[in-house]
Amino acid sequence: MSSTVSSARGLGLRINIVGAIGAAIILFWVAVAILAPLIAPYPVGKIVAFDYFQPMSSSFWMGTDYLGRDMLSRIMMGARYTVGISLAGVTLACFLGVTLGMIAAVVGGWFDLILSRFLDAFNSIPSLLFGLVIVAGVGSSLTVLIVTLALIYAPGSYRFARALAVNVNAMDFVTVARVRGEGIVYMVREEIFPNIIGPVLADFGLRFVFIVLLLSGLSFLGLGVQPPQADWGALVRENLDGLSYGAPAVVFPSLAIASLTISVNMLIDNLPYRIRDRGE
Amino acid sequence: MSNIVEIRNLRVKAKTDSGRVVEIIKGVDLEIAKGEVVALIGESGSGKTTIALTLLGHTRSGCSIASGSVTVDGRDTVAMSEAERRRFRGTTVAYVPQSAAAAFNPSKTIMDQVVEVARIHDLMPAAVARQKAVELFRALVLPDPETIGARYPHQVSGGQLQRLAAAMALIGDPQVMVFDEPTTALDVTTQIEVLRAFKAVLRDRGMAGIYVSHDLAVVAQIADRIVVLKDGEVQEVGTTEAVVNHPSHDYTRALISAFHPQAKSSPPSDAAAPAAPILQVKSLMAGYGAMGQDGLPKYVVLKDVDLTLERGRSLGIIGESGSGKSTLARAIAGLLPPAAGQIEMNGKALAGGVRQRSKEELRRLQIVFQLADTALNPNKPVGAILARPLFFYHAMRGAARAAEVDRLLDMVRLPKALKYRLPSELSGGQKQRVNFARALAAKPDLILCDEITSALDTVVAAAVLELLDELQRELGLTYMFISHDLSTVEAICDRVAVMYEGAKVEEMPTSRMKSGAEHPYSRLLISSVPQLDTGWLDGLDDDPLLRSAMADRRAAERWAVARRQRS
Repeated sequence: MSSTVSSARGLGLRINIVGAIGAAIILFWVAVAILAPLIAPYPVGKIVAFDYFQPMSSSFWMGTDYLGRDMLSRIMMGARYTVGISLAGVTLACFLGVTLGMIAAVVGGWFDLILSRFLDAFNSIPSLLFGLVIVAGVGSSLTVLIVTLALIYAPGSYRFARALAVNVNAMDFVTVARVRGEGIVYMVREEIFPNIIGPVLADFGLRFVFIVLLLSGLSFLGLGVQPPQADWGALVRENLDGLSYGAPAVVFPSLAIASLTISVNMLIDNLPYRIRDRGE
Repeated sequence: MSNIVEIRNLRVKAKTDSGRVVEIIKGVDLEIAKGEVVALIGESGSGKTTIALTLLGHTRSGCSIASGSVTVDGRDTVAMSEAERRRFRGTTVAYVPQSAAAAFNPSKTIMDQVVEVARIHDLMPAAVARQKAVELFRALVLPDPETIGARYPHQVSGGQLQRLAAAMALIGDPQVMVFDEPTTALDVTTQIEVLRAFKAVLRDRGMAGIYVSHDLAVVAQIADRIVVLKDGEVQEVGTTEAVVNHPSHDYTRALISAFHPQAKSSPPSDAAAPAAPILQVKSLMAGYGAMGQDGLPKYVVLKDVDLTLERGRSLGIIGESGSGKSTLARAIAGLLPPAAGQIEMNGKALAGGVRQRSKEELRRLQIVFQLADTALNPNKPVGAILARPLFFYHAMRGAARAAEVDRLLDMVRLPKALKYRLPSELSGGQKQRVNFARALAAKPDLILCDEITSALDTVVAAAVLELLDELQRELGLTYMFISHDLSTVEAICDRVAVMYEGAKVEEMPTSRMKSGAEHPYSRLLISSVPQLDTGWLDGLDDDPLLRSAMADRRAAERWAVARRQRS
């Protein structure tokens, strides 16, 4: 029903320059992740140079790693893991957390109490430790990584969304919907969600950054993506010895992680105000 | 010079969210003589508070004084430095805010906060300041002046807190007092005492004051002169007597005629065939908190309430805040399942909670809330807000629904183009009309109106009431109209029920309200409503009934406070 009227509204979707730069960097990394097999100059696992930790050169733009593999190709392929796993993980975490949070706020009572205490208890497990235990127990695969990361970050997202939804739930328009006899799906989707979307998006961005860092941490400990494939965190770990030589092999994956996380924050902080301020 | 305040050609600019600069005060001239009280009245957005604040050299954030001068006691607050203004405030000009509850720090005792002005400006030793504060408490007719200062803000009533805020302002012996709607948030019965205390203090000390209000009747009691503002410009200036009795400007006339609502012309009642009751409430008990062993909740709000609403008529529910008016509406609407008693609609008992009621039962009974700001989803255009109940109750779709939305907007006298707007793009009156149209969309039999005009300006509220009356005649609606404003109830209701401490103490036809109230509380409530008559407040002393009721009330207040302290 709102589709007919939304076109008549002024959209006001202008974004400022900082946000645009953030968006551009994210799009760049997404494109790299999608196109990696096509544009990577060398196969990812192939040793292409006799010398390890080579400096930047015209044949190896980002130098080579500790085995003499091409760093540019490895970062491009790594983008698939880092961006893909993190995005899948954060989407799952926020979907679970926000949905449950809104339902808990609307339903209230015992449901809210039990769910909240359960997730609080869950939240009290240190995230890296939990990841270590799961991966050590079940083994590392893409699915396990994504689900583990999502489980670790869902309780926080739940808390956040529930706190926002409780405020909205106290508003008269929600009471009116309740007196009208609306079901819970409608209440959550139409009355609550549009009013918390702004802060939830900001939280999404923040959580994405946490997940990138946690994934990098897990890979750094050798529990993330398994060789010969590697995400950016694993690339930093593999080439840590090169730090003393000032090798680009350790600097570039670090820069890649930094650029992605910072640009996500730049975008979220500068979303068009029509989206950002909806909850207020 | 004889004028203590002189405002010359004042212009205040404000920057909107979109960065546009608009002039909100457009060249205002105003003077206040020594010992004179001048009232600024006008609807919200007319600039009355903005002007009052310039006396303190202050503007709200986003606003700035563009030009002009505000001379108080021979000094221009516009030209002062910030440090000079700080010394100036509290000693030459003092401010009494609208919400004293928000102005007091809940974690410090009242005395500490009242003498703070003296301490900041280093006016007198602490012991002297305390002594002076006690004298002020006495002058403001506060109970237990010696000890009330030792309490915390939550331990005194709203009316007392408002007087304490005045004491806080008075301690620095200012020459000019700025009152910013100090009684708007109070119940009528409390308002009287506060107004009297303010008036006595101002008169005894010969202080000048500026009194900001939107309530003409309140202003008529306390001000010597009235300045009527609209859109940042002075519309009319005159002595209170002249403005109230012989208004010359159109806007002032509209204000005054809004104050005298057309008494409801009841349809000729057929004594032979009494209308069938649409809603019957039988010995309803409801409250909050955990259920006790006696089957009643811990805090019982409604005690044994009986009500009957006849089809096509309206029943007003009046009473002060905390009397259980809104709880009654919530219980009837199913938001607060009653602990005991029955609610019957068209002779059939309604279940206690919303979830147990059928869709048809819910459709017949709609509720409209006080604050249209929070009652409309800020992210939905008006069209979508109105379309939802049409789909939900009547399964209307497509063109038929769009046509019905147009018809509803037309019914509440709003242009059709408004359906594309978001609630934030509407004025207060427009929002309340949309709020009401949403209830109409369900095609209900009964509408519960919870203080629906209280947040609106007088003139706007009068128009909304007129609309409600018209719709009732056209659609045969039944209203239950909750309000603390008696003139609103008088304008729209056939019968009035008076609530006091959760019980219905009296019910009577509206026409008998002024003359025939029997219960002492109803009489106190009804006689507390300010009249548009400059001598009304002073004349009250001659009313023995009101005086004894007031005395009872003070005793009750003291008792309540003592009980709170013990617990």
